[in-house]
Amino acid sequence: MKHWAIWLPLALFGVLFAVFATGLIAPADRTIASQMIGKPLPQFDLPQAVPDRPALARTNFTDGKPKLLNVFASWCVPCIAEAPYLQQLADAGVEINGVAIRDRSPDVQQFLARNGNPYARIGADDVSKIQFDLGSSGVPETFVIDGQGMIRYQHIGDIRPEHVPMILQKLKEAQ
Amino acid sequence: MPNPMKAKHQRLVLICIAFVGLIAAGLIAAYALRDQASYFYTPGDIAKKGVEPGQAIRLGGMVQTGSIKTQADGVTIDFIVEDGKGTVPVRFTGITPDLFVEGSGVVAEGRMDKAGFFVADNLLAKHDENYVPREMRDMTKVDVEKVAGTVQNP
Amino acid sequence: MIAEIALAMLWLAAALAVLQLVLGSYALTVRGAEFLPAVRPIAVVQGVLVAIAFALLIVLFLRTDLSVKLVAANSHSLKPIIYKVAGAWGNHEGSMLLWVTVMGMAGGFVALLERRLNERTMVATLAGQAFVSLGFYAFMLFSSNPFERLNPAPAEGNGLNPLLQDPGLAFHPPTLYIGYVGLSIAFSFAIGALITRDVGPAFARAMRPWVMGAWIFLTLGITAGSWWAYYELGWGGWWFWDPVENASLMPWLAATALLHSVSVLATRNALKAWTVMLAVVAFSMSMVGTFLVRSGILTSVHAFAVDPERGSFILALLAIYIGGALALFGLRASTVTEGARFHLFSREGALVMNNVLLVGVLGIVLMGTLYPLVTEAFDTKVSVGPPYFNPVSAIFVFPMLIIMAAGPLMRWRSDNGRKLSSLMAVPALAAAVALALVVVFAGDIGILPLLGLVFAAGLAIASVLPLWKRNLRRTPAHIYGMVIAHLGIAVALAGMASESAFNTEKLVASEFGQSHTVGPWTIELQGVKPIAGANWTALEARLVARYGDSNVQTVLNPQSRMFASPPTATNEAALLTRWNGQLYAVLGEEGDDGRWQLRLWWKPFVPLIWYGGLMIGLGGILALVGRTSRDRRRKDEPEFEPTAAPAPDPAVAGGKEALA
Repeated sequence: MKHWAIWLPLALFGVLFAVFATGLIAPADRTIASQMIGKPLPQFDLPQAVPDRPALARTNFTDGKPKLLNVFASWCVPCIAEAPYLQQLADAGVEINGVAIRDRSPDVQQFLARNGNPYARIGADDVSKIQFDLGSSGVPETFVIDGQGMIRYQHIGDIRPEHVPMILQKLKEAQ
Repeated sequence: MPNPMKAKHQRLVLICIAFVGLIAAGLIAAYALRDQASYFYTPGDIAKKGVEPGQAIRLGGMVQTGSIKTQADGVTIDFIVEDGKGTVPVRFTGITPDLFVEGSGVVAEGRMDKAGFFVADNLLAKHDENYVPREMRDMTKVDVEKVAGTVQNP
Repeated sequence: MIAEIALAMLWLAAALAVLQLVLGSYALTVRGAEFLPAVRPIAVVQGVLVAIAFALLIVLFLRTDLSVKLVAANSHSLKPIIYKVAGAWGNHEGSMLLWVTVMGMAGGFVALLERRLNERTMVATLAGQAFVSLGFYAFMLFSSNPFERLNPAPAEGNGLNPLLQDPGLAFHPPTLYIGYVGLSIAFSFAIGALITRDVGPAFARAMRPWVMGAWIFLTLGITAGSWWAYYELGWGGWWFWDPVENASLMPWLAATALLHSVSVLATRNALKAWTVMLAVVAFSMSMVGTFLVRSGILTSVHAFAVDPERGSFILALLAIYIGGALALFGLRASTVTEGARFHLFSREGALVMNNVLLVGVLGIVLMGTLYPLVTEAFDTKVSVGPPYFNPVSAIFVFPMLIIMAAGPLMRWRSDNGRKLSSLMAVPALAAAVALALVVVFAGDIGILPLLGLVFAAGLAIASVLPLWKRNLRRTPAHIYGMVIAHLGIAVALAGMASESAFNTEKLVASEFGQSHTVGPWTIELQGVKPIAGANWTALEARLVARYGDSNVQTVLNPQSRMFASPPTATNEAALLTRWNGQLYAVLGEEGDDGRWQLRLWWKPFVPLIWYGGLMIGLGGILALVGRTSRDRRRKDEPEFEPTAAPAPDPAVAGGKEALA
């Protein structure tokens, strides 16, 4: 019995490894769960976040033109990293509406002054309510919304240069 | 003094002891886990399958807007958890987590009582950017439209 | 510039680890023997380089260099200095750097200090250590570079998770990490000894101080972590069976078993294969714990921001190292020679039983931790908590406590039980007295707390019995260490049992000027006022507490804090410690009617939990110091272990005979 007993720990580890591997593979799509895709935007009507940009409501997304909805915050570091690429998108003619999460107006203004302001409208979501309803679990996230207020695509995390053409493509598909 | 056992014997006996110990641990654990693990339910699951009163479970859903009512003692709250497929009244006594607000997701740990109330020992809400209760990652797919109607800002 | 220098150091250290592995392996071949002396210096330099890289990361945090991504994401210029330093390891990248730093430095110290081991085994060990380090270097350099720049640099940093801004927690992770990673040395020793087929007392003696050191850090780290969770989370509990807590408990259980079996191997030349196996298991548990925490497959209150890619990387490392080591074990274990024989009713036998039970508890904790993961695969969500862990682990823990009480009183090799039974009468009596007292005075407190108190009383007496009839001044330090550590278990157990048996709790909505009683205390809420700290604002309550009929008033100030960056609220509990327990107060929200929620606990004897933990750690330190100085005095002769049983039997005291 000694011979096979020696290999038993390795077998046990094999089982453990299998459990871990399935655990890793299975939730991979769970973390990137874009549950809201294909569904209409939730109702919301947010107050103005900064004086020089108008407030943001759901009705701003139903004028027939596809837009981006960007969830950001002045206290969020990846938001700084994605700022130039949002600007790039804005320069390409994309209308970007921002939602500032749990933020203060002076902080947002300072953030925009430093990192550029690609937003057409910015709403203040002080208690993360809209963020939550969008199914967004972190900051930053960017949603592609078609002209009827349908969510077409969710991008989780900061937008990097390689994402820009893809997002432009998604906007075109949303026409 | 008793004689130490023979060499071959000793190894065998030690291996046997180790095996018996570990197998016992494994069997006890497996048996206990079937009983003691607390399962996750949504209001829809409870409406469909029902839950034995008194069994420890976790209930996850949205806090219905306008449903939070503080009782006279100031520390007990009643509210309704819903998922579009069902509603469950919940009673909780304690200090609520920071982000526990109407229209947000919540996971309540506790048990159903005989009257159909869910008595929560503990509430978990999303409490910072790095922590989302495991079950709440799926919360957003729980009937979004229903929830969308509940969070219109004044 | 500092960041680039540090990164260069890291790459250089990784390159040296490659060299250490390649040269070390070649030196073990017949032709490569001339390279044997070269391996130690490489290990030392590698340790120095990686330590410098880590020191530079701390410098970056101290200067709040926001052009470094990690600093910007985890620090803030307004943060107090201690948290700037702690910010260096309070995140994934920084803690991985701490991980390789501890690994590199441990390897360096072994290379520098360990002179008793056969040189070939030593080189094999260092090559093994380099092999393990390399995986983590690769992980860091390719997927979690702590020195990555951010361009443009932000005006202000993101801040550190406020829950982590606490002096206890600032030093908790590094303590735990030194413990986790210190076990890598035991792992490498085991691999080295398997490779050179050199599993014996010399190997055990070389390994023992490292296992002991890692175990001390783990013990203190777990104690500190439990204390942190107790007062920082504001939930009044001290252990939640959270995956992260379990991740630190599992290596501790394995290391505790290893600690005892390595002593048997060092002094009695028995339990060879078993010790090697445990060394592999102990570090494996460290890696499994890291995997569970980092991969995000299990969520927990303590979790770092998670990333499946990181999880796959660590899983690959697990497969290579644990799988590799277990395969090596399978290939070589049958060549490990038979150890010295002993009767099952002997101290060795007791240690074997204790080991099996510890590993049993380890299995129970591991299964409970992973069960949600298994059911998830079948689309059923469960969570496993105290209703599983407490009673199920108790099934193994209580028998273990009996063996723990009896083991040190038994003779090596074989015991007839006569002396043991007369000695054990004393602790049995203490347990019976405790049982009577509890039943008469406390009534029904539940089976586990009752057993806990009874066993604590018995174990407390039993653990000092090894000193009975000994010349206390000539008793070696490691015996004292064992006594104190075992006593610490009894003390901690008493604290845990009375916490669950005698807790009283009160939850109220209070007006100003209203008084409340909890246990023997009368507490009045006098007011709530806003205050501000360095990077937070808070509402602070003023509570005045009186104990019993006493007129002495003590002010308690629980707070609910709001941190600005990132915006987060925390509850700061206020604690008042008396010799016989602790008053624990948490401030909740203000209701619509202007009343404030208060949660008050009176927890008799709860601090014993952490005093016990400290005693266990202190016992470990005494044993480590005592053993090390003994080992140094008698370098090359085989060790002789005087039996701890009273009135040593001359036949058993001849330890050398058994070693032959």
